[in-house]
Amino acid sequence: MKELLEVRNLGVAFGAKQVVHGVDFRIAEGEKLALVGESGSGKTVTALALLGLVQNATVTGSARLANVRPEGRTVDLLQLPERELLGIRGDDIAMIFQEPMTALNPLFTVGDQVAEVLELKQALTRRQAWDAAVEALAATGIPDPRRRAHSFPHQLSGGQRQRAMIAMALASRPRLLLADEPTTALDVTLRAQILGLLDDLQRQTGMAVLLITHDLNLVRKFADRVAVMENGHLVEEGAVDAVFTGPRHAYTRKLIDSRPVRDVEEGGAVAPEVMQARRLQVAYPIPIPGVRGWFRRGEFIAVQGADFAIPARRTLGVVGESGSGKSTLALAALGLVPHRGSLAVVNRRWEKRGAANRPIRRQVQVVFQDPFSSLSPRMTVEEIVGEGLLVHEPGMPVADRRARVQAQLAEVGLTDAQFPGLLDRYPHEFSGGQRQRLAIARALIVGPQLLVLDEPTSALDVTIQKQVLGLLQRLQREKGLAYLLITHDVDVIRAMAHEVLVMKDGEVLESGPVERVLGQPAHDYTRALVAAAA
Amino acid sequence: MAGPVSLSPSRRAWQRFRRNRLGFASLVIFVTLVVLSLFAEVLSNDKPLLVRYEGSFYFPIVRDYPETTFGGDFHTPTDYLDPFVKEQLAREGNWAIYPPNPYGPKTLNYFASQPNPAAPSGENFFGTDDRGRDLLAQLVYGFRVSVLFGLALTAIGVVVGVITGAVQGFFGGKTDLAFQRFIEIWGSMPELYLLIIFSAVFAPSVALLLILLSLFGWMGLSDYVRAEFLRNRQMDYVRAARALGVGNGRLMWKHILPNSMVPVVTFLPFRMSAAILALTALDFLGLGVPPGTPSLGELLNQGKANLDAWWISISTFAVLTVTLLLLTFMGDALRDALDPRKAGL
Repeated sequence: MKELLEVRNLGVAFGAKQVVHGVDFRIAEGEKLALVGESGSGKTVTALALLGLVQNATVTGSARLANVRPEGRTVDLLQLPERELLGIRGDDIAMIFQEPMTALNPLFTVGDQVAEVLELKQALTRRQAWDAAVEALAATGIPDPRRRAHSFPHQLSGGQRQRAMIAMALASRPRLLLADEPTTALDVTLRAQILGLLDDLQRQTGMAVLLITHDLNLVRKFADRVAVMENGHLVEEGAVDAVFTGPRHAYTRKLIDSRPVRDVEEGGAVAPEVMQARRLQVAYPIPIPGVRGWFRRGEFIAVQGADFAIPARRTLGVVGESGSGKSTLALAALGLVPHRGSLAVVNRRWEKRGAANRPIRRQVQVVFQDPFSSLSPRMTVEEIVGEGLLVHEPGMPVADRRARVQAQLAEVGLTDAQFPGLLDRYPHEFSGGQRQRLAIARALIVGPQLLVLDEPTSALDVTIQKQVLGLLQRLQREKGLAYLLITHDVDVIRAMAHEVLVMKDGEVLESGPVERVLGQPAHDYTRALVAAAA
Repeated sequence: MAGPVSLSPSRRAWQRFRRNRLGFASLVIFVTLVVLSLFAEVLSNDKPLLVRYEGSFYFPIVRDYPETTFGGDFHTPTDYLDPFVKEQLAREGNWAIYPPNPYGPKTLNYFASQPNPAAPSGENFFGTDDRGRDLLAQLVYGFRVSVLFGLALTAIGVVVGVITGAVQGFFGGKTDLAFQRFIEIWGSMPELYLLIIFSAVFAPSVALLLILLSLFGWMGLSDYVRAEFLRNRQMDYVRAARALGVGNGRLMWKHILPNSMVPVVTFLPFRMSAAILALTALDFLGLGVPPGTPSLGELLNQGKANLDAWWISISTFAVLTVTLLLLTFMGDALRDALDPRKAGL
């Protein structure tokens, strides 16, 4: 195979901070290389540096791109003046991004945006460009492309937007496509489709693809070769099969090994039920357009008719895609949004007014998804973790409270020995996984029986995810906690849940023991979910 | 990971502020000027600080003494600029310590050697205005009035703005709707006409001005605080605190407010310079502080009326410009220090 891109000793530094340290890799024509790493490993910056798109950074090394159109000469992308880079971007090398909603301009139709590339790069007339744009959209499998070309980005679904962006990137037939987490922002069932589309298009056009991702499943399904990055260093590179079967570097082994492991108490539930819900319904008021909206409000039903019960020492997993109502279900369980139907926590119901709920609040606590927004940046660790005691045991002497906070932190694996002056630190000094431990400590300090886990690990890197899930499993065994686990990740459900609730568009499609629901799914949607995760 | 000592976000912002040399220098100079102006009576006064007369000590700066005390004929308070009194105090065994600038803001020197307005000279370092009052004294006292007025107006505006913004943003819904409509109506009242009307009805005073300007000054800030509260109240840390059973008061005070202060703090210097400018403009128009109060706006007006007395307009202009520039530099530095995009540095 002919060499297409050869990157040698690529370094990127922001000021004094070196984020990519001398990375070497090469891509042949028509090859699919995956660049894998956790967040902060420098994989996106590496790709952006190739196109000269990192601002305020010093880029060193060389990146030789062969056969640049039109003359077919070889150039060093890193030495090229901005004017010539402009010609290469979107022509020889195109890029697709993670979030299609922000990568597409909301003020232009998708047809316009694809046609613009063609007008610029292939000097077509407006009419020719429009026709070619419609063809490009059709090639990505957008239904009814002639009509869809007139749609604005917000009128398309997430999957269609990503297809439109792919159409835009591929419009001028690039020889190298940089795909930065192209499926991460999409729902799991869509991911397989988009990946299949990229695969098809790659085969048809024979372009090379540099896939940037943290998702090893994706790599296994898509790539020919894989390069693993850790902290700005390229630690391992090789054919996908070889790397997955015989990883040489410890970090690669850790990554491959990071699939969550099931380690929970099994067997039928004998313990009392901590939460019971019968025909639980949650509705939000929404404005009605027109004059009628002045007098009445419409209703959006986010959760309709969910029935479930969670016994102590057991986990109920709720799985579904974004918009399925699973997070609303979590808020209802916490008594943070009004609901209809019956919902009992240890045989007590949520009251309308806040103060009456205080005893129940002690029983149900929560861990949110994003560890960066779930801790107030202006409170110290002691204030954050100790707050529950301040509310529920206001008379407690300061020294006792401090001791309890310390004990709780130790239980989630944070000690003064690791972090001197732990109690006086602020959240910004902790990593995502450590923050999630802080959030767990804050929830546990009041001694709840039920913990609502709203996507507790989806903002974390895979290796950290495994640790946090391990911690949650240990806490469940030791303290006999019940979990209401909300997630979109079937792997997490497989590792944690005893019972599963599959939700879509506010409705519960299927529920039952985890082995049955995931093993013999009764519903098409569940089958798609399970297949996408495999 | 930083060392054992952990810095709070506000401490780190302060360190970033200190690293901005222009901003930090402006802060130091401004604070020095304000502190000095607080001791204006010691620096610029028509009474000596201490008098030794025929074996006893006198403190004219805190007490009035009749002229008879120093061998004069009248029972009226002593005029220490009177050549006779000066002569008495200069006699063998007597002495007096004068302030560096021997004029107060209202002092009229009846024994001046030049007609008014007098150009800068050894007698009056910055010259006098058209009524014969010393310009330097006017500037020092005028600066003090302006800055204190600016501080007070800013403080009231911040307190009212934060409270109203917090209530709107935190409770949202109907409370927010009602408040917003009220602000729209209130904000569309013609402020300047109200000031003109009120200054005609009531005797003008600094307190009245403060109240009138405060009535309208809180609205801009209130909108920013409201937006911050609307954003922050649905952050996960607020939800988590709600789930813990934390009450509304504590949620607002302890969780949301500290995270909503960035626009408030960023705008402080700019609000203050706006307040100073407003007072100056009103004084210039004659709607401001009562006549006789030292004021930069009134001096500007005099400068306009006496274009040939260049020292009036130039020195007043310089004081105003320097004050506003210092505030602006501080504001710039503060904005950079609180910029969330630079929070990691």
